[in-house]
Amino acid sequence: MIALLLRDLRLAVRAGGGFGLGLAFFLIVVTLVPFGVGPEGNVLARIATGVLWLGALLACLLSLDRIFALDFEDGSLDLLATAPVPLEGVVTIKALAHWITTGLPLVLAAPVFGVLLHLPGPAYFWLVVSLLLGTPALSVLGAFGAALTVGLKRGGLLLSLLVLPLYVPTLIFGAELVKRGASGMDTQMPLLMLAGITAATIAVVPFASAAAIRVNLR
Amino acid sequence: MTLLAVENLTVTRGGLPVLEGLGFTLAAGHALVLRGPNGIGKTTLLRTLAGLQPALTGSISIPPETMAYAAHADGLKSTLSVTENLRFWASVYGTGPIDHALDRMNLRQLAERPAMSLSAGQKRRLGLARLLVTGRPVWVLDEPTVSLDAASVALFADAVRDHLAKGGAALMATHIDLGLHEAAVLDLTPFKALPPEEGGYKGSFDEAFT
Amino acid sequence: MSIWEYANPVKFMKTSSLVLPWVTGLAAVCLVVGLYWGFFLTPEAENFKQSVKVIYVHVPSAMMAINIWVMMLVTSLIWLIRRHHVSALAAKAAAPIGLVMTFIALVTGAIWGQPMWGTWWEWDPRLTSFLILFLFYLGYIALWEAIDNPDTAADLTGVLCLVGSVFAILSRYAVNFWNQGLHQGATLSLDKEENISDVYWFPLLLCIAGFVLFFVALLLLRTRTEIRARRLKALEQRERMA
Repeated sequence: MIALLLRDLRLAVRAGGGFGLGLAFFLIVVTLVPFGVGPEGNVLARIATGVLWLGALLACLLSLDRIFALDFEDGSLDLLATAPVPLEGVVTIKALAHWITTGLPLVLAAPVFGVLLHLPGPAYFWLVVSLLLGTPALSVLGAFGAALTVGLKRGGLLLSLLVLPLYVPTLIFGAELVKRGASGMDTQMPLLMLAGITAATIAVVPFASAAAIRVNLR
Repeated sequence: MTLLAVENLTVTRGGLPVLEGLGFTLAAGHALVLRGPNGIGKTTLLRTLAGLQPALTGSISIPPETMAYAAHADGLKSTLSVTENLRFWASVYGTGPIDHALDRMNLRQLAERPAMSLSAGQKRRLGLARLLVTGRPVWVLDEPTVSLDAASVALFADAVRDHLAKGGAALMATHIDLGLHEAAVLDLTPFKALPPEEGGYKGSFDEAFT
Repeated sequence: MSIWEYANPVKFMKTSSLVLPWVTGLAAVCLVVGLYWGFFLTPEAENFKQSVKVIYVHVPSAMMAINIWVMMLVTSLIWLIRRHHVSALAAKAAAPIGLVMTFIALVTGAIWGQPMWGTWWEWDPRLTSFLILFLFYLGYIALWEAIDNPDTAADLTGVLCLVGSVFAILSRYAVNFWNQGLHQGATLSLDKEENISDVYWFPLLLCIAGFVLFFVALLLLRTRTEIRARRLKALEQRERMA
């Protein structure tokens, strides 16, 4: 399992792996927003949390189809499915590798991008907390969508249609956590919901993803 | 000792049966070569045996954790080196060093090259080296000799012979003659599934309209 | 006699061809009587005026939008567990009907909401939840359309329906939490005293029955079509293989 994680990370870092593209995309979204809504600091500060969360969501979406597609094309998915490792574990590890290469950099970069959007001071801490708790669920759910569409020639657009509705609860509680945290309100409820959704997603969804992969390999 | 036994097997492609009533056994030290025209269902049969798709009827008995499957595609990562590719599979299968596989498939000089710089035949040899790395006794191979030159085919045949001598077994679909005298040949043509009008398998949707 | 007999395509084709005309007729009667009664024979409510009449379409379609998803969940589970093809095809056949019902509920909601709240659209939890449900239907249908092999498509959409159901419910709670809304609470409930007077209640009940029957009729018809299409596909495939 560790070997699989190391292989996926190594593949992502080497040329053609697309590592860092998500981060660049995130930066572009953040740069474009002020052109759309105007440069006024108070307007930007109001929408900063939402923009950063949406940016993270879209940046994550961008690299989802790579989670399984490359392994499907070159036949490694067939070989992994017949290897003595549970497919549920393979799916989880691949989602983890996706999170380390896209989710984690976004979490770390978000405060920097927050500066560009005049994010209010107290919100920084909660932004990082909410992204740290929420983005793993995005990767695991994304892996589920990727598993459903892995056999399709042009699955990219369909993948977004399948995955984005599943992101609604995470987005709502993530953004709410930042909003409440920044204005000094009680954060316990959204914090617990966000963490709970992520934990339950990681525990349960890989079974559905593995089932989908098995069906697609048939 | 029988390593693989297949009884009354019906395999399907896209929900329709392609081969039916198939039965054979494979004992330690033996090899079986599957023959038949394109489209008869060799790949489908091998994928069914590997557990990648369900059989419609029949049984496949094989002791757990004894099969190594090699498909058309080798599952190589082009940006990883030959050693990295093999090491990965060695740790997935929990086996140790990869040196014997490198030597056996004559890949020693290529060990540090990234897989993308290999020729098609060299890639194929790397794919077969992966098989050696698994340490599994039953090999299920789909067209193992594609894009191999005569010398490499002989190398591969030697590896198979060696494997059989050590008590392994091999089942392969191939069109060329490997020069393996110990291999039996199974022609799949007589097992081609009949259409339902001629007494073949009837799907529930056929029945709805008769 | 077991209920699973009807999961056999032969039995299903026979039974459905007998039942279909009756269900269709009954649906037409219920809808015509219910809607006419509701639209023309009920008094105008004091604080709602004319716009109240839209409930005869809005409430039944909103109920169906949710119930059809639940029905798809059940049939998907039956397919995944017992591998009855008719069950999977029924789920496939139901989805576009559910999509249209959700759409009708949203549009009639907007028509009703405009004079009541002074806006066509409000990010109210109920409205938002229906919009999300609409997206779930779209994704489900798109996945069916994208996959060639019918069994693969049935399996994958079944898994999607399962996971989607959990997240649809989660979204409902999340949306509730996110914005407390304008929409009035449920008007219909069977156990407590109705907060709607009998004058409106009976035609509404008739409309709901009409919508349910109409759905059953459409579902039978569409499932029959799917079974035929499936047979056609198998024949074409054999042709190619022979």
